Amino acid sequence: MIRVALLVAGKDLRIEARSRVLASQVLPFGVMALVLAGLALGPARAGHSGAAPGLFYLVLLLVTLLAVGRSQSLERAAGTRASVATLGLDPAGVFLGKSAALALELVTMGLVLEALAVVMLHVALAGALVALPSVVVTLATLAAAGTLYGAIVGEGPVASTLLPVLALPAFAPLLIAGERAFSAALSRQAEARWWVITLVALAAYLAVGVLAYGVLEDS
Amino acid sequence: MHRTLARLLGPATLALLALTVWLGLVVTPPDRVQGNLARLVYVHPAVAWVALYLSFGTATIASALYLWRRTRSVTLDRVAVSAMEVSLVFIVLTLVTGSIWGRPTWGVWWAWDARLTSTAILGVLAAGYLALRRANDDPQRRATRSAVFALVAAINVPIIHFSVLWWKTLHQGATVFTANHTLKIHGLMAWTLLLSFVAFSLAYLWLLRARYRLEVARARRESDDLTAALAARVLEGRP
Repeated sequence: MIRVALLVAGKDLRIEARSRVLASQVLPFGVMALVLAGLALGPARAGHSGAAPGLFYLVLLLVTLLAVGRSQSLERAAGTRASVATLGLDPAGVFLGKSAALALELVTMGLVLEALAVVMLHVALAGALVALPSVVVTLATLAAAGTLYGAIVGEGPVASTLLPVLALPAFAPLLIAGERAFSAALSRQAEARWWVITLVALAAYLAVGVLAYGVLEDS
Repeated sequence: MHRTLARLLGPATLALLALTVWLGLVVTPPDRVQGNLARLVYVHPAVAWVALYLSFGTATIASALYLWRRTRSVTLDRVAVSAMEVSLVFIVLTLVTGSIWGRPTWGVWWAWDARLTSTAILGVLAAGYLALRRANDDPQRRATRSAVFALVAAINVPIIHFSVLWWKTLHQGATVFTANHTLKIHGLMAWTLLLSFVAFSLAYLWLLRARYRLEVARARRESDDLTAALAARVLEGRP
């Protein structure tokens, strides 16, 4: 399973390194969404970092949706499913590999967006650094949940519109937990329970994904 | 026997609902603190019970049994979609009746309360389930994907249930029982409340049965359409 996961993750990351769709399309979208969030609040309120963690995570959710769509589109390329079926790859390994690749991509984009939040939304640099581990864990959870929901939606003409409807309600608790952990880091408070919620969700999504990915792919 | 019970289900539901309305609006006294506003207690908790536990629970159990190979059957898939659709209707009713109570009590139609928000999210999940079914034409794929989604979505139900304990909420805690499992409501008000639970549960069974029959009819029509299309294709090939 681990070998398959590494193979699939390597495949997805190589495709991304060559095509640079995330770097040239999804990341600029995230930057623009962050700018729009600041404009929507107005210059006076956007400069106060109280709203910054929420805006930052809202932008991350939107970026995640696009990245999940991109990750799933790789599986829809002609011959990919047939190749996976012919090679007899363990579906659980495929799920873990896709989740790992997506997590790495999201963390990379998350780092850039967090740096922008420091500059544009006036988030304290020290607080942003303290919040970094919670951001990484939240993004890993979003990647696992996104990969599962991407497989549930599958392919078809309405997949791109269906994915947000199904995935955003599942992302909502992660948005709350991430925002609270970030806010706690900015105010230098210890908030262990938001970490616990995110880690439990990560374990749950990984377990469900490992069990259900094969069933979804078979259907 | 089964058919007689099924035929009695509709009239019995209507009779019990009418009795609940009469007892709730006319016979029971107004509350000492909340006045007539408290009469919503004969609707809102019962509607929420059907939405969250009866119908969403039925959809979840039917979905789990569908995914288990030994019990997999098209009947379970039909029960799941029927229960989920009824659940969506009752979730909307739960939010609407709660909102009607919230406006005079809290001063707003909507509060960013953990129970309200998580219930609204459950409504979006139920709507998403139905959208997912419409997006898949293949019956087996449709059934499998929606069953997995229903199981994942069901995680939200215990979150809603315990939200009033986990977070500081505007929404009150347990309405019927105290922490020591003794009744908070007494006399005629308690009996009317109990009757409302029975009446709305019967209404759920009635709606579920009607929706299930609709699903069977829809599947039969799809099958008939396919047979007719195949027959037409065969005829096209003949000289």
